[in-house]
Amino acid sequence: MSSIERSQPALSLQRTGLLRNNSDLAIRILAYALLTLLAITMVVPFVWMISTSFKTAEEILFPHFFPDSPTLENYSFVLTETALPRWYVNSLIVALLSTVSVAFFDSIAGFAFAKYQFPGKRIIFIAFLGSLMVPTEMLIIPWYIMSVNPPVGGTWVDTYWGIAFPGVITAAGIFLMRQFMQGVPDELLDAGRIDGVSEFGLYWRIALPLSLAAVGALCIFNFLGNWNAFIWPLIVTSALDMFTLPVGLQFFSSEFTSDWHLVMTGATLSLLPLLTIVIIFQRYIIEGIALTGVKG
Amino acid sequence: MLQLTVARRKMLWAYIFLAIPIVFFAAIRIYPAFFAFAMSLFDYNPLAIEQPYVGLENYQTLLTELNKTRSVTRAAFVNTAGYIILGMPLQLLIALAIALMLNEIRSFAMLFRLAFFLPFVTSTIAISWVFRWLYQPQFGLFNVLLKAFELPQQPFLNNPKQALASILAVVIWQGLGFAIVIFLAGLKHIPRVYYEAARVDGATRWQTFRSITLPLLNPSIVYLVVLQSISFLRMFAPVLAMTTQGDGGPLNSTTTVVLRVYREAFQRLNMGYAAALTVVLFCIILLVTIFQLRVTTRRTN
Repeated sequence: MSSIERSQPALSLQRTGLLRNNSDLAIRILAYALLTLLAITMVVPFVWMISTSFKTAEEILFPHFFPDSPTLENYSFVLTETALPRWYVNSLIVALLSTVSVAFFDSIAGFAFAKYQFPGKRIIFIAFLGSLMVPTEMLIIPWYIMSVNPPVGGTWVDTYWGIAFPGVITAAGIFLMRQFMQGVPDELLDAGRIDGVSEFGLYWRIALPLSLAAVGALCIFNFLGNWNAFIWPLIVTSALDMFTLPVGLQFFSSEFTSDWHLVMTGATLSLLPLLTIVIIFQRYIIEGIALTGVKG
Repeated sequence: MLQLTVARRKMLWAYIFLAIPIVFFAAIRIYPAFFAFAMSLFDYNPLAIEQPYVGLENYQTLLTELNKTRSVTRAAFVNTAGYIILGMPLQLLIALAIALMLNEIRSFAMLFRLAFFLPFVTSTIAISWVFRWLYQPQFGLFNVLLKAFELPQQPFLNNPKQALASILAVVIWQGLGFAIVIFLAGLKHIPRVYYEAARVDGATRWQTFRSITLPLLNPSIVYLVVLQSISFLRMFAPVLAMTTQGDGGPLNSTTTVVLRVYREAFQRLNMGYAAALTVVLFCIILLVTIFQLRVTTRRTN
C-alpha cells in the first residue's frame, strides 16, 4: 500500500518533466547496477549450497554450477541415516509451543499494562523491561543449574519444556502489545462492562481481536527467533533425539566435515521450508520489523 | 461505594492477568541474573560437593589473564573488540548505502529488498557451514573464482591473519538485511517537503544528504549502533560453526568472550569464572544502553 502511495509523486514528477536533469537518471542506473551486483552476492551462497547438495562426492571437486549427473542420494542419505527429520519435529514443537504461549501471555500482560491502573504498575513494568538488558549469555548458566535440579518435576534437560521455557513470555512482546493495546478505545471496554462482559472477556473478545495485526507480527518474529535459537538449545540438550534443527545441523556437520555434499544437503534441507515461508510472507515480515524494530 | 468496588475489582483483574508473567520474570529472568552475580563470587563447579566462596578471586584471575599476552581470555576480549569496532561501522555503512539506493529505485524494489533480507532470517549455523564450504582451500568457490581470475589462492579461515576478517564478513553479510529495513523505515519517515525545499534551493545531492537525510536519520543510526554493537559483542554461533572443532582458532585468532563462557562453563565446568565473564559482558551492555538513553534523551530535550 504505502510503497504505491510513495511512488506516485515521483512518477508524476517524471511525467511532467520536473525531474531535475540527466544526473538523476544516471544515478538511478548506477543504483540498479550496484544493487544487482550486491543482490547477486546475497544469493550466490544459497545457489552454491543447493548446487553442491545435488553433487556426488567426486563432483564437489569441480566448480560446476549445474552438476553433470545430479543425484538425490545425498538427500536420501541425510533423511534416512540421520535424525534430521526428528530435529525438524523438535524445532517445530518448541517454536510452536513458545509462540502460542507468547501470543497469549504477552498480549494479556500488555492489555493489563495498557488499560488498568493498579499499585506497583510502574515498578513491575520497569522490572520487566529492565530484564531486557540482561543478556541470555548471563542467564544460561543459572538456567542450566535450574534445569538439572528444577523446582517442579524431574530434570528439564532434554525435554521440550527445558528448551522452550526461557522464551515462553517475552518483555519485548509485552512492550509491543502494551503500545498497541493503548489504541483500544476505553469507551469500547466500558460499553462491554455495561453489557456485563467479564474483564477477561474484554481482553479476549474486544482487545485481542482489535490487536491481531500486532499479535501476528509478534508470532512471526517469535517463531523465527525460536526456530533459529542456538546457544540455549545447545546447552540444554544432550540426547541426539532432542536436538533442535540448528543444534542437530551443527552436530551433523561437525561429524561430516569435508563431506561437503552431505553438509550442504543438511543446510539446504534446514533452510528451504523457512525460505519458502519468508518469501511468501516477506512483505508482512519486513513491514513488521520496520514497525516494531524487533530482532529475530 | 459502588465506584470503589468497581475500581478494586479492576485492580484485582490486572493482578490476575499479570500473575503468571510476574512469577515468570521473577523466576526466569530476574532471580537468575542475581544468581549469576552470586556465582561469580564462588568457585562454582556443579559436580563438586562444595562450592567455596572465593570473593573477587574469579575477577582477579580474569584481570591476570587479560594482562598475559598469550592467554585465551585476552584473545577473546581483543577479538570481540575487533568484531565490534570493525563489524558494526562497516555493516551500518554498507546497509545505509544499500538503503539509500533502494530508496531511489521504484521497479523491482521488493525483489531487491527480499534478496538482502533473506540471509537475516535464516539460521546462522546453516549459513556458517555454507560459508565454511565457500572458504575451503582449492575447491571452495572463493578460491575457484580467485584461480579463474589468476589471483593467488587464499587460506581464509585457516590463517590466523585472515580468519577473523573471514568470519566477520559472513556476520556482516547476514545482518545487512535487518539494518537495511530499519534504515528504510527511517528514510520513509523523513517528510518529502524537506527534499522538495532543498531542490527549490538548488542544493546538491551531497548537501541534501548531509543536512537533511543524515540528521533526520539519527534516531535510526543510534538505535542500530547500539543494537548491532550488542549483537557483535555476543558473537558465538558463527565462530563455533566456522572454526575447526569450534575452538575459535586458528591459534585463538577468532575466539570470542561468549565462546569462552561456553567452554569454561560447560566443558571445564568452571562456572564461577564463566559467570564472572558474563557479569563483565552485562556491564558492557549496560554502558552501551546508558549511552543510548543519554543520546536519545538529549535529542528530545
